[in-house]
Amino acid sequence: MALTQEHIQLRLSEKFGDLVSNFQSPYGMLSFEASKDQNLKVLQFLYDEADLNFQFLTDLTAVNYPDQPGRELAVVYHLHNLKDNVRIRLTVYTDILSPDVFTASKLFSSANWMERETYDFFGINFVGHENLIRILNVDEMDYFPLRKEYPLEDQTRIDKDDQMFGRG
Amino acid sequence: MTEHHQHHIKLPEGSIEKQTTTLNVGPTHPATHGVFQNIMELDGEQIISTVQTVGYIHRAFEKLAERRPLYQITTLTDRLNYCSSPLNNMGWHLTCEKLLGVQTPKRVDYLRIIIMELSRISDHLICNSIMGVDTGAYTGFMYIMQYRELIYEIYEEICGSRLTTNIGRIGGFERNFTNTAFTKLEKFLKEYPAALRELENLFTRNRIFMERTIGTGPISAERALNYGFTGPNLRAAGVDYDVRVHSPYSSYEDFDFTIPVGKNGDSYDRFLVRNEEMWQSLSILNQAYKKVQEFKGAEAEVFHADVPEYYLPKKEDVYTKMEALIWHFKIVMGEVDMPKGEVYHSIEAGNGELGFYLISDGGRTPFRLHFRRPSFIYYQAYPELVVGGMLSDAIVVMSSLNLIAGELDA
Amino acid sequence: MSRPVRFNIHPTESKISESISMTEAPEGYAGEGFFSARLSDVVGLARKNSLWPLPFATSCCGIEFMATMASHYDLARFGAERVGFSPRQCDLLMVMGTISKKMGPVVRQVYLQMAEPRWVIAMGACASSGGIFDTYSVLQGIDQVIPVDVYIPGCPPRPEAVLDGFMKIQDLVGQESIRRRNSDQYKALMNSYGIE
Repeated sequence: MALTQEHIQLRLSEKFGDLVSNFQSPYGMLSFEASKDQNLKVLQFLYDEADLNFQFLTDLTAVNYPDQPGRELAVVYHLHNLKDNVRIRLTVYTDILSPDVFTASKLFSSANWMERETYDFFGINFVGHENLIRILNVDEMDYFPLRKEYPLEDQTRIDKDDQMFGRG
Repeated sequence: MTEHHQHHIKLPEGSIEKQTTTLNVGPTHPATHGVFQNIMELDGEQIISTVQTVGYIHRAFEKLAERRPLYQITTLTDRLNYCSSPLNNMGWHLTCEKLLGVQTPKRVDYLRIIIMELSRISDHLICNSIMGVDTGAYTGFMYIMQYRELIYEIYEEICGSRLTTNIGRIGGFERNFTNTAFTKLEKFLKEYPAALRELENLFTRNRIFMERTIGTGPISAERALNYGFTGPNLRAAGVDYDVRVHSPYSSYEDFDFTIPVGKNGDSYDRFLVRNEEMWQSLSILNQAYKKVQEFKGAEAEVFHADVPEYYLPKKEDVYTKMEALIWHFKIVMGEVDMPKGEVYHSIEAGNGELGFYLISDGGRTPFRLHFRRPSFIYYQAYPELVVGGMLSDAIVVMSSLNLIAGELDA
Repeated sequence: MSRPVRFNIHPTESKISESISMTEAPEGYAGEGFFSARLSDVVGLARKNSLWPLPFATSCCGIEFMATMASHYDLARFGAERVGFSPRQCDLLMVMGTISKKMGPVVRQVYLQMAEPRWVIAMGACASSGGIFDTYSVLQGIDQVIPVDVYIPGCPPRPEAVLDGFMKIQDLVGQESIRRRNSDQYKALMNSYGIE
């Protein structure tokens, strides 16, 4: 029996009730949201169940929505079931003042560096990660550059005239 | 030991008591792979532990992309895996087309496949010949770079640039392939198989190469899947996952090719898998070229889909029609609004599944763009591959993984 | 294997005598059994035709450099056959590719380890001025950390452009005065970078 989106949604709602919500299907990929403290349980459930079998973590990243108070940072997991060729997306929202999310690196070894990168760019604290330090930026950096509040360019440049570059 | 430049080097735990050597296989690499640093703890020649530092070429692509309209992001994707820029460009255009809901005509798909398979060949050529260089065999690299020049010539004929190509547009190509391009493609298809056979003769059953690479850096299929491996590295471990077959894009389902799969996942298997993939790419190229030639008459002039918001209109229309003028202005100034949506699309790049996660909030530039970069993900497995082996094996493993620094750090 | 590549599809035969030239001897005074010339000319001639480059390749320009070193756009015919990766043994530091702020100290350290006389080429837009990456993490040109002699623009520059830049370095090397490295102007330049 092919794995359909309705089946996945049914199994998830049965197990987690209203801790999973907001089931949508943009561009053919089932996306849903889970609450922050359930993310590991949902991932484990999707990994272990024989008919769900989402054992490949394709991608782990975060998004900053500055206009949603209480839900500013979203951690997005893309999972893939290689046997039935089904992809799903799980989003977990957290607020910016206490961005603690449980780490998935015990379950998926590929989440190790992806979580470090997400921490480096957004400041999300992955609870339980063995080595949560910056990976791509310089170690001395004290802010999280990909948050929308921070600019792209290096602010300490003195040789560039912002007026001429449309940033005055 | 001087301290002033070693702000990234921490001696491994207990290395002084155990009297092991700490070696900084530093960012300036003698093997021109790119800038990554490994701090290896060695007991004689054997590696006890290794810690990697990346980020030496972090160029903040994802933050840059939030500032740029869709076309300007193509130039960023060029610089991800710069050995095969057209593949990244095509992947990005396919993602944009998925967001916009554009269906490309068959001829465009086949032309895209020609470009993508050529760049796959050029990527695998670099990886295999540099693997030879790392084991000491310089000749294969010198011979085969001549054929990469042929591929560069074809790119130059189509888009004007050799390496960072920015090839294609959303919906197709900027101009039809000229007859010169097809002549050069024919020359390549005729001359290249002999060169690939010669490269195989130099390495595949070469006793020194085999002894240097067999058994180095093996990984099992389960560990590889858990580490998120994709591409030739995963196929060398025995899993036949190829995005072109599993989620076909750009009419790959019309083509007949096999997926080579290895057994042990060691460096020799990776070399052989890439080698065989080059033969498969050649076969796809031959099929695609034949299919393109079957289009006759008006169909042979089709080189783009109809995407008025993102494809520059014809100059005659720009000078005579108002609407075309407005679209021309909006496209060039980057003032076209994207539809709102969240899309993830992936292609089979030279190193594996290259994914683009694009969130658009209806503005002119993406709200968030994330690149799922295969090199970044499988470089995490490097300690598991080399610990317990010898230092020279570690170098061969690194080059067999085909780590490209631009893709690693983005 | 037959001769593999002719890149023009309408090839024309080229005459070998038109594509090879001999270097001119430096100007000097010759006599029976002796030749006197300026020391800097002779030393410059020797140095410029046997530069040992250090390819500091970080990204895409590194691949174009590999194409320049390979047999089609041979860099070896200019004397740069032996590329070395140890700064102690090289004269010419070719920085190719984007240098990020994390990499800046490494470039500086490699430059400091080179022995005089040393020259630097900044190849590509990123090494010259930061290129297309005007971001928080990219050094906007390596001349923020080390003095540069020749800049080769391009993204990436064609191999012919790299060869042109290399020939300009050869001009600089050939005409350099012997006393340059001890002069006050050079010392002022080094001090402006904080190098003793």
